Amino acid sequence: MSPAKTAGGTPMQREVVETIFEKGAPGRRAFACPQAGVPARDRLELLPARLRRAQAARLPQVSEPELVRHYVRLSRRNFDLDSGFYPLGSCTMKHNPRLHERVTALPGHARLHPLQDPARAQGALELMWNLERALGEIAGLPYVSLQPSAGSHGELAGLLLTRAYHEERGESRHKILTPDTAHGTNPATVTMAGYEVVKVGTNADGGVDIQDLRSKVDADVACLMLTNPNTLGIFDPNIEQIAALMHSVGATLYYDGANLNAVMGKSRPGDMGFDIVHFNLHKSFTQPHGGGGPGSGPIAVSGRMEPFLPRPVITRSEGADGALFGLDEDRPQSIGKLRGFQGNYGCFVRSYAYICSLGADGLRDASEIAVLNANYLLARLRELCGDALPLAFGERCMHEFVLSGAPLKRDLGVRTLDVAKRLLDHGFHPPTVYFPLLVDEAMLIEPTETETKETLDAFAEALAAVVKEAREDPEIALNAPYTTPVRRLDEAGAAKNPVLRQQL
Amino acid sequence: MSRYTAVTPADLDVMLATIGAASVDELFDQIPDGVRLREQLDLPAGMTEQDVYGHLLDLARRNTSAEDEITFLGAGMYDHYVPAVIDMLLGRSEFLTPYTPYQPEISQGGLQVMFEYQTAICELTGLPVSNASVYEGPSAVGAAGYLAKLANGKRKLVVSRGLHPHSRETLRTLSHGYGTEVVEVPLRDGVTDPDAWAAAIDDDTCAVFFQQPNVLGAVEDAAALAAAANDSPAVVVGSYDPLPLGILATPAECGVDVAVGEGQTLGNRLDFGGPSFGFFAASEAYLRRMPGRIAGETRDVDGRRGFVLTLQTREQHIRREKATSNICTSQALNALAGVVYLSWLGREGIVELAELMLQRTAYARDTLAALDGVELLHEQPVVREFALRLDVGGLDGVRRVISSCQDEGVNPGYALGRDYEEHPEGLLVAITEQRTKDHVDRLADVLARAVAAERARAGAGHEVPA
Repeated sequence: MSPAKTAGGTPMQREVVETIFEKGAPGRRAFACPQAGVPARDRLELLPARLRRAQAARLPQVSEPELVRHYVRLSRRNFDLDSGFYPLGSCTMKHNPRLHERVTALPGHARLHPLQDPARAQGALELMWNLERALGEIAGLPYVSLQPSAGSHGELAGLLLTRAYHEERGESRHKILTPDTAHGTNPATVTMAGYEVVKVGTNADGGVDIQDLRSKVDADVACLMLTNPNTLGIFDPNIEQIAALMHSVGATLYYDGANLNAVMGKSRPGDMGFDIVHFNLHKSFTQPHGGGGPGSGPIAVSGRMEPFLPRPVITRSEGADGALFGLDEDRPQSIGKLRGFQGNYGCFVRSYAYICSLGADGLRDASEIAVLNANYLLARLRELCGDALPLAFGERCMHEFVLSGAPLKRDLGVRTLDVAKRLLDHGFHPPTVYFPLLVDEAMLIEPTETETKETLDAFAEALAAVVKEAREDPEIALNAPYTTPVRRLDEAGAAKNPVLRQQL
Repeated sequence: MSRYTAVTPADLDVMLATIGAASVDELFDQIPDGVRLREQLDLPAGMTEQDVYGHLLDLARRNTSAEDEITFLGAGMYDHYVPAVIDMLLGRSEFLTPYTPYQPEISQGGLQVMFEYQTAICELTGLPVSNASVYEGPSAVGAAGYLAKLANGKRKLVVSRGLHPHSRETLRTLSHGYGTEVVEVPLRDGVTDPDAWAAAIDDDTCAVFFQQPNVLGAVEDAAALAAAANDSPAVVVGSYDPLPLGILATPAECGVDVAVGEGQTLGNRLDFGGPSFGFFAASEAYLRRMPGRIAGETRDVDGRRGFVLTLQTREQHIRREKATSNICTSQALNALAGVVYLSWLGREGIVELAELMLQRTAYARDTLAALDGVELLHEQPVVREFALRLDVGGLDGVRRVISSCQDEGVNPGYALGRDYEEHPEGLLVAITEQRTKDHVDRLADVLARAVAAERARAGAGHEVPA
């Protein structure tokens, strides 16, 4: 590493941390087991040896202070949203209000058993009912199931609903259309739901290629899955025509809600003609991402899909003392359950608190500022490094945009990956890279509404500095990063000779 | 301006000028007129932080949580103590707020946590490979079915009725998509009927599923269930409660190919059903068909030890329609709670905790079965949960008994008749380290009176027993 070649650098912990399994010593412990306090029975009489494991699991043997220090030190080897800008496209890394952690931890929410009698869980059911109504209003589709655990789980729910809908009409359809800009989860879900993927092209403006779509639409198409605005950050101007075309052959229209943060209070998927929408509560509705979950992927649907919703559904009736909420399992046409219990309630509490905080105005403002921030950052980047990193499609964007690193690669041999790695030395999380697939050397940038203008300026200047430096000495970017806890890792080697657990 | 955004009027002027737009509204010109929302969303106005807190507190107070009653309710999620270190570590920004670790150089903390978690799950199950978590228990069962379908292409999933009803239903929902049929095998004397099980397995069997301990709390003869599939192509899937694995024979020892389960009991709160995590471990043969993220160890260019997401050619963002699963966002933070909890319990602690549950469960089982109108539903070995039959005329009687116990501050457990028509009078009672002898004695007192009252009511002709 050459200090002269480093930028600001990250404040993260650089010393390698041994795994918890390499720490501790026999006899150490953090847990003091209570006394059983009941008349002791012979353990082998209660559970005979043939049903017992031969040797104890070799779990760590550490004291509480050792445990805490280990994981705190490990945490300091992570970059996180609270410490820095995280413009990961299609991930909507907006601020996570700490109020949400506080209210979710209230014992009435946190220690509520999912099988508690609904009569004794009225607060939770009312919260879920209110959240369903709010999400339905935002989507413009009135019927909501909160059950799916994440976006991809919502997609699966949506396609299983589509299957149930067509089956109920005595139809057997086989194909699902997805644009080539789609998230990878879309085609993966299609296969899991037992359908065949048919790809639809993108036109010169970044929208669905209508001619290509027309040529692929027939009575064997069950559904079109669309993200709008799409992963290029472009709102499809032909959306009404696309919806009419799909409905004319009896297909359903599925809205991947990953990009909903662009249009809350501005435009509604239901009004665009969609039948099914999934929400990513861990994106638009600020459930913290946790380093890869938990998430939550509720769906909202139109009337014709409602009978097939996952069960149970939440019900509301007027009781003697006001509204009474319940769980209805008696749903004969339901596709069934997609998971245990009622979904990721802890995520519902957070997102409901968020919607309460913002209200109708605040949600619209969030989308407006998300789009404003994205266009401002785009304008700054075009001004500072537009030749090296041109905008892939269009002139303006919605809440995110795609730059292409193709000129930089062609002229200097510096790839998007190298630019991303060099950004790490500037203390920024890089954008999503190499997605969407149809843009060469893609860089998908989503700043979100919660960033200040100063942060956007600093990021634009850092990216410009990386480009300028690459022109002077491409080697610097090619070998970046320099200041991170580790430098480039041998991913090919990791896949070739997998070491997937600590050997003991 | 909301409290979570920062564009001042002065900022706005500069930003619009830089963009070259006259107004924010102009930026939305891309949206065709026909689908522009002209009116405001029909939602309440925004609230201050303190008002939102008050509202959420009010809702929380209208729930009866495990803090408000002595609960013996389990049936898939259990009221274990969550140590304070977990709250503290999960609340750290560095664990709470990153995305999935797409940039390994600045995500070593999260990646190493995954590697440690995988190690702990491998130790618990005895199986050689674990992924970094899936959503939760029942959908993990569904994911195992998809793995089997990809592995052998067979059509039939054989499922013990001892598998949690949510797991069975999830499997049925998901397998309807991927094109398999589900065949159920009944229980006999509280465990999977071995003859019906063997008879259901044939050359067209894709996978077999059982739960350990099963839904009635009974410890299954897992080795025998697995052996029955030896001469078939079937993948043997066991859905395990992880804490009893502190003492129970491991999936590997029993010949299980894929072990999955609900991870809530490992340091996660009840949270009315989620978020928690599902674990997914398998024998080496299924490594490249595993769903979800997997962390692997490697070196950086300077030779330093590090970790990356690996074997990504299985995953949706690379393989798209040929992926082994569509899962993307999973349950990383909940899996962190899992590995911290297992480290907190430690090598000796997990055995002590399981033995503690074994002793207290035996005491509770004996105490309650001695009450008038109460008998054991089965006599199989149990570790943390057991099933009773209340002689109260059917499911409605059981519901009334539960409700009157709850009125006295004790939740006696789960009415099995909600899911098992063959056990209309079943009551499932769960024990954790938080339920003491005094709690059990109190339950015995309350339950005895409630059952007696219900029987007197039936005897008095208020109801014709079923």
